[in-house]
Amino acid sequence: MALLEVNGLTAGYGIVHVLFGLDFTVDAGEAVVILGANGSGKTTTLRAVSGMIASSGEVLLDGKRVTNQRPDQLLRAGVAHVPQGRGTIVDLTVEENLRIGAYTRSPGDVAADIARWYDVFPRLAERKDQAAGSMSGGEQQMLAIARAFMSRPRLVLLDEPSLGLAPIVTREVFDRVGQLVNETGTAVLLVEQNANLALHFASRAYVLEAGRIVKSGSSAELEGDESIRKAYLGS
Amino acid sequence: MTEFLRFFFIGLGNGAIYAMLGLGLVVIYRSTGLLNFAQGEMAMFTTFIVWMLADAGLPLWLALLGGMAAGFVIGAIVHQVIVRPVGDPQQKPLAVVIVTIGMFLGFNALAKLFWGSDDKTLLNLFGRSSVSILGTDVAWQKLGALAVLGIEALVFWLLFQRTKVGLAMRSVASNPESSALCGIPVTRILMIGWGLAAAIGAIAGTFTAPIGALSSNLMQLPLIYAFAAITLGGFDSFIGAIVGGLLVGVLTDVVPRYVSIFEKMSLAPAFLLILVVLLVRPEGIFGQKKVSRV
Repeated sequence: MALLEVNGLTAGYGIVHVLFGLDFTVDAGEAVVILGANGSGKTTTLRAVSGMIASSGEVLLDGKRVTNQRPDQLLRAGVAHVPQGRGTIVDLTVEENLRIGAYTRSPGDVAADIARWYDVFPRLAERKDQAAGSMSGGEQQMLAIARAFMSRPRLVLLDEPSLGLAPIVTREVFDRVGQLVNETGTAVLLVEQNANLALHFASRAYVLEAGRIVKSGSSAELEGDESIRKAYLGS
Repeated sequence: MTEFLRFFFIGLGNGAIYAMLGLGLVVIYRSTGLLNFAQGEMAMFTTFIVWMLADAGLPLWLALLGGMAAGFVIGAIVHQVIVRPVGDPQQKPLAVVIVTIGMFLGFNALAKLFWGSDDKTLLNLFGRSSVSILGTDVAWQKLGALAVLGIEALVFWLLFQRTKVGLAMRSVASNPESSALCGIPVTRILMIGWGLAAAIGAIAGTFTAPIGALSSNLMQLPLIYAFAAITLGGFDSFIGAIVGGLLVGVLTDVVPRYVSIFEKMSLAPAFLLILVVLLVRPEGIFGQKKVSRV
């Protein structure tokens, strides 16, 4: 059974429909990417899955229906969401952001986890008492990822981490998250338009166009696909 | 000199009340990011509950605790039934601020409806005796107000800086969406914030009522002074509310005695100071400057 199974997911904003019946799955420990251009519905997909906006269709976690549960309930069920724009809690310090990430956990080993994330992202350790909003975009992205993992989730929804970052920083972020998936066995559902990096990162991919999934397959297959190469890989 | 000290201590005592009211404003500001214009009227309303309990024979201290408990419930209900349905304060700040102005009128009308328009009498929490300090008689009630203010400040500082629920309240104030994604039950946290603000209103009111009389316009002037206090100290700072409140109290009680043009407008020196602070340090003396990069 898939960790996350989505059937016929339909969502939008008011009278504007954005998603028209998406079906996709993510297995435990697996990295999956949904590729799509601007406006194809990537962010809306993640927002619908994590309950930030209302949706119809079915979202199943371990086969249990979690459609339209509140984000805080979904987090408790093991799904963390790194939102578009990183969702930095700007007025709190870096360390307080990490403690908020562990809000649902008992306080016992939170400190040890924070120390571990400082090892993974030493820049965060240097800035731990600084207001999180004062960090650079790349640092805030690392903080957002660390904060999501602080809840010890089984699935992380990752919304376009490359947005607004320099290519070298983007690569670093992807490398680190790739390591995390391997080390912690946490599944990641990534939405991206940077196909090059995303297809290297993920083992499977879906292609989203105007709110519909038009292709799916292993990353290797999609990398070899002529139309994907034209649309997303620029060659 | 003794005359100066006399007015100085009167100012400190009144300032303690502005500071207490200011603390309630800061709690709401720190958990929702907006100003609650109904803070004073909520305090007046809960003070009537204190009066009712005291009138029924409870010792004043217990009556105050009862009023605070009732205040917590009232604040929580206000959030759930009135503030929350209006919408997200971060997205519609003006709508919510206007609603708090509506609540100002609503609580005032309810107080008149429940308790009539006759003045009520509430006794001093710390009795009527005084103590001599530097040759000036200072009422225990004023010193008591300062001590209670200090305790309130300590409790709030500990709550916000040292507890998980306090951290959650600061997080929700800064970014409710991300807070929800981190598993914080945002609505419940906001409810607690409103409950706390209303609960401590009862303390401010219980110190204000014995100065004159308890009526439905008890807290209207103090609220204006409290706004002045937190503008001076910084909207998001507990220390700021206290220093600001005491400064406003002292300035409005001392300066008019010595500077004749302020005799008829005792609030003016405080507002002059605020003007200067806003020009030099817009976030207030202790307020945090907002820094964020994208």
